[in-house]
Amino acid sequence: MAETVFAPWDDPEQKPLIRFRNVTKRFGDFTAIDDLTLDIFEQEFFALLGPSGCGKTTMMRMLAGFENPTSGAIELAGQDIAGIPPNKRAVNMMFQSYALFPHLSIWDNIAFGLRRESSDKAAIASRVEEMLKLTRLEKFARRKPHQISGGQRQRVALARSLAKAPKLLLLDEPLGALDAKLREATQFELMDIQEKTGTTFVIVTHDQEEAMTVASRVAVMDEGRVMQVATPQRIYEAPNSSYVADFIGDVTLIEGTARARAQAPEAPNTAVPQSSAPRGPSPNALGVWLHDKVLAPVIGTRTDTQLQLPPPDKSDTTLSVLSRDIPEGGIDIAWSDSQPPLIALDADAALDGAQVTLALRPEKVSISKTRPDGAVNALKGTVIDIAYLGNLSTYHVELAGGVMIKAQTANTRRVSRREITWEDEVWVSWSGTAGVVLST
Amino acid sequence: MRRRLLIAVPYVWLLALFLIPFAVVFKISLSDIALAIPPYTPTAKDGIWNMLTGLDFENFVFLSEDDLYWKAYLSSLQIAFISTLLTLCVGYPMAYAMARAPEQWRPTLLMLVILPFWTSFLIRVYAWVGILSGEGFLNQFLLWIGVISTPLTILNTNTAVYIGIVYTYLPFMILPIYSALDRLDGSLIEAAEDLGCSRIKAFWLVTIPLSKNGIIAGCFLVFIPALGEFVIPSLLGGSGTLMIGKVLFEEFFSNRDWPVASAVAVILLLILIIPIVLFQRNEQRQAEAEK
Repeated sequence: MAETVFAPWDDPEQKPLIRFRNVTKRFGDFTAIDDLTLDIFEQEFFALLGPSGCGKTTMMRMLAGFENPTSGAIELAGQDIAGIPPNKRAVNMMFQSYALFPHLSIWDNIAFGLRRESSDKAAIASRVEEMLKLTRLEKFARRKPHQISGGQRQRVALARSLAKAPKLLLLDEPLGALDAKLREATQFELMDIQEKTGTTFVIVTHDQEEAMTVASRVAVMDEGRVMQVATPQRIYEAPNSSYVADFIGDVTLIEGTARARAQAPEAPNTAVPQSSAPRGPSPNALGVWLHDKVLAPVIGTRTDTQLQLPPPDKSDTTLSVLSRDIPEGGIDIAWSDSQPPLIALDADAALDGAQVTLALRPEKVSISKTRPDGAVNALKGTVIDIAYLGNLSTYHVELAGGVMIKAQTANTRRVSRREITWEDEVWVSWSGTAGVVLST
Repeated sequence: MRRRLLIAVPYVWLLALFLIPFAVVFKISLSDIALAIPPYTPTAKDGIWNMLTGLDFENFVFLSEDDLYWKAYLSSLQIAFISTLLTLCVGYPMAYAMARAPEQWRPTLLMLVILPFWTSFLIRVYAWVGILSGEGFLNQFLLWIGVISTPLTILNTNTAVYIGIVYTYLPFMILPIYSALDRLDGSLIEAAEDLGCSRIKAFWLVTIPLSKNGIIAGCFLVFIPALGEFVIPSLLGGSGTLMIGKVLFEEFFSNRDWPVASAVAVILLLILIIPIVLFQRNEQRQAEAEK
């Protein structure tokens, strides 16, 4: 197979493995899942991302069979799975608490599911060994769960849920209990195992970085609804709402009114004006008298020939605002009475007149002491705060109107040589395509 | 100095309230019956040397020769064992229901389990006499609803003893099991179901093994006191109910044979040491597992 990009969601021929169709789940008065429709494809690593209480865990529990939808249908491989109990589904789950059986050894924990469906001891043993090898736990097979570390427990839980080779593996905050360093290593391990086994993974997490790292697609959820489903790149670079933009990563949101920019901005008219009928002055009697008696002796008599300005020179057509060489198209966003409008070149001109939000990623905003040449958007402000992250620094710059903009720079120099510090007057600037214009 | 004093307190306690009384009982068990006050000989009045040389294992030999005592011990073990099983069968579902009850109900349910302790144990056992007797509430109720036509004989049988023991010791069974089930992580049951267990299978493979320590603790807490129980068999049991507690009472108060009674008590203690040590082991293992 050639190097094809894994993107079954773009292929209308592909049949989804899981299909949520208008699924609603209510607990009493509380609506956990609100009319949700979603397709998940085979071999995907799908992340459900959202704050706690957004319904992501409920979705997972419905897939596992611990909850049933109030209305709507969930299909697994084309079959409606409502009413099928958890022990009859080809779905396994890795629990947030790992839920390892404390009275059983690691080996028996992994064999637990296998023993339920077969009594072939040799087959079970070889499958358990295979799982132990996959998760590099061979040495710990005889230990009890409380005798191994958190990271090892996490791998046991993974091995146990993979042992039955489910069509779909659900991971509920699988890395929540691990420390940052181990979490990062485990993320790559998870991706590796997912690739090796070819199992479809659905992961629930509130950690956007984790979701972005591991997932082929991310669904950002809020209050029981899916806000956006897309690849991590698209979610980050092209969020479809200010909620998604704000939830994923760091962002500055500026609200304003859109105004379509002219398609050919201030195209100078270089044609010689053609006057159809010469319009000379036609003074009345009093005017003639005034001219002849008063003005003519002082400034000379008038001529009847028409004076004309010379046609504009091609080299002289640039207006002052165009000295920055801004391409045409896009919109202006009027956001402050005292500041120039912001320019978003790749926004849809049809937004003309609408209330919009400009989402700016800090790493796409530059900061400098002097006004940068050629920047499409440049605003003056004061540094209020500097968040030093080691490799990066985020500057919080307050503009004249009180709006805060975050700008991020890589710390390529030592901190002591940093030229921008607190209370400095700085310019923040970004290109015409750096921001994402959101209408909701 | 202060530290030593602090450590000494439990040891003094143990010495004064367990070891010295035990030594006294043991000494009496080695003495001979006498028509005197106290009713045994030799005593310290005879001089220390005479007292020590006058001791022998005669009473223990007597206990092993008379099969009444063997039967009493065996029957006590049997009654204690059966009533422990019965208490487990009644107590486990109650503890399970309590642990699965909504959070806000649990303190109330726990309170209800402990509530009987607020009245005297003796009065509660007497109350059972009123319930179980031929003209008691139970028989009257059964006659009234027409299940039986002649009153059942329950009082003064082993059945009444079982009922009494189960009733009295039920809280000791429920509390440790409840505490084990309460700590049980619900996601373990879900994990078992997710891995292919039915509800019942998950109960056997996960819930029971994980509440094992609670079950063991509860069983010992019922078995140990039930073995030497005196009040329940003497009030609810009949002449056929042979329990060592009753035998001990008779030897001590009716026969005034203190040395034989003491020997019975010493052997009872030796029998009890086995389950007590096992119980302690279980507790220790549990504490280690929770570390």
